Amino acid sequence: MSDAVVPHRNAQVSRAGAGWFRRALDSDIFYSFRRSKLTMVAAAITVLFFLLAIFASWLAVQNPFDPAQLQLINSRISPLWTADGQSPFLLGTDEQGRDVFSAILYGMRISLAVGIAGVIFAGALGIGLGLIAGYFGGVADSVIMRIADVQLTFPAILIALLVNGVAKSLLGNRLDEMSTLAVLVIAIGLSFWVQYARTVRGSVMVEKNKDYVAAAQLIGLPAPKIMLRHVLPNTMGPILVIATINLALAIITEATLSFLGAGMPDTMPSLGTLIRIGNNYLFAGEWWIVAFPGIALAGLILSINLLGDWLRDALNPKLR
Amino acid sequence: MLAFTLRRVLQAIGVMLAVGVIAFAMFRFAGDPVSQIVSIDTSAAERASIRKSLGLDDPVLVQFAHYFINAVQFKFGISYQFRLPVSSLLMERLPATMELAICATLFAMVFGILMGVYSALRRDTVLAKLFQAISLIGISLPTFLIGILLIYLFAVTLGWLPSFGRGEVVKLGWWSTGLLTVSGLKALIMPAITLGLFQMTLIMRLVRAEMLEVLRTDYIRFARARGLTTRAIHFGHALKNTLVPVITVAGLQFGSVIAFSIITETVFQWPGMGLLFVQAVQNVDIPIMAAYLLMVSLIFVTINLVVDILYTVVDPRLRATVGRAA
Repeated sequence: MSDAVVPHRNAQVSRAGAGWFRRALDSDIFYSFRRSKLTMVAAAITVLFFLLAIFASWLAVQNPFDPAQLQLINSRISPLWTADGQSPFLLGTDEQGRDVFSAILYGMRISLAVGIAGVIFAGALGIGLGLIAGYFGGVADSVIMRIADVQLTFPAILIALLVNGVAKSLLGNRLDEMSTLAVLVIAIGLSFWVQYARTVRGSVMVEKNKDYVAAAQLIGLPAPKIMLRHVLPNTMGPILVIATINLALAIITEATLSFLGAGMPDTMPSLGTLIRIGNNYLFAGEWWIVAFPGIALAGLILSINLLGDWLRDALNPKLR
Repeated sequence: MLAFTLRRVLQAIGVMLAVGVIAFAMFRFAGDPVSQIVSIDTSAAERASIRKSLGLDDPVLVQFAHYFINAVQFKFGISYQFRLPVSSLLMERLPATMELAICATLFAMVFGILMGVYSALRRDTVLAKLFQAISLIGISLPTFLIGILLIYLFAVTLGWLPSFGRGEVVKLGWWSTGLLTVSGLKALIMPAITLGLFQMTLIMRLVRAEMLEVLRTDYIRFARARGLTTRAIHFGHALKNTLVPVITVAGLQFGSVIAFSIITETVFQWPGMGLLFVQAVQNVDIPIMAAYLLMVSLIFVTINLVVDILYTVVDPRLRATVGRAA
């Protein structure tokens, strides 16, 4: 993006009687959004994926998690437009007679849910620790940041795999689908908190020396209230960018764990699980079992990444 | 200089100790080692005697000391799945992973630098735009999808390359290498590309950005004014100065390449440490998980340490600031 050509639009914001919607349409961010075609396409695809996932139960022809609805008679049917295609299986079926299209919708729901919950968990953990480290400094700061430094040298996927293995070992046979979901969210949260903590700590250290914090301290507000109500809102911009980019990373991590067989089980597949199952039939020529979940995952990640890139540029005042 | 090196070494030892505590905690507290070893109908008395023989009744600190002393000697206990010493399992698999990681890094550096230089010098050509698109895909697509795509193209459809395994290997002492046979080399191509692709895009973006930066500097302008040929300016002056950060990044990334080989090795059923680790996670084989964590941490910490110390050797400015800070 070039720095000079974007005119300042703030002048119109103060127009009397404009509601929040009007203000949103007039904002700098929306303006830069409209200027980038690629971003608009990415946003449209992301919204489409979210809608597909939310309304999965209405759009799918079967519930792929319910074994009673799967019939072996319908196994390994190729997509509708090929010679052996059969209605209503738009994208074909897999070994167990599971409709690929329905499985993708339900799988995307899981992938998105785990991704979002993982990002929220990582964000809460990271923001909390970052606030404490930045606001109090001293021992708390050095302990938290030391841990962060050490963890940052290890790739997230390794940490997530370890958390997963330990949870499996502790829970053993009690690990059902729902607790697997929880374990995945925790594994992702524990692997991605560092970036939030570092960013928040940095901004808090700048903010806490400003007068408004001193004023809040002077009137005797408790430290947690100052941190959450006064300091935190001023550090949220970069957090939003990290969260968007992290959402793509979290979805990749969940898919990778499931692909490696350390994530969602075959009975309740996410996109990664579907790709792992489909990968076994690649050599038999049944390409659709792996291809469509793969395309869905790639499209989802790519469009979220593009949105994240755009948001980073749009919120960066140096680029305006 | 000596003080700095010493402090960094102490820090590295501290990190390794912390990782050691985590590995021990996993080894000791996650799951009951006895129930993994015995069958369901083993009597309680037998279980107790196994507990005793494994030293699980000793105080925790004693157990940690034992674990630590053994780990320093590369003794990580017995694998639950294979009933073999973990260290010999890891050692057997180490050459496969190292060869894969080294080839992937070489691939990433060669192609990353070439593509980066090209897209910096010919910024608006179609090819440069194509490289940019590839780099976006390389960063966005999950590794395992790229692997599956390559397998579908070159193994299933075209039948040029094998889709799994290491091909024939030759034994050189305890090291087994696949680099000396045709089938070994053929088997290496796709895994190395899959593993190296992310690093390649990283290096390409870095080289492009650095080149564009360097080409704007005064000494390049001065070189032009002196009438040097474009080739001499681009490759003799500009590229040389972009290579320092590139080599640093490639070096620091080598540890992640080894860790990321977990995924690539699973896709291609490559018989390395990563595949062993994934199977350990699936089968809850805690000794292998703990040992793998220690091994990878050791590699990470060593690389970081060496890079940090080399940096101060290469760049005297850093030495000065470090001296002042201390």
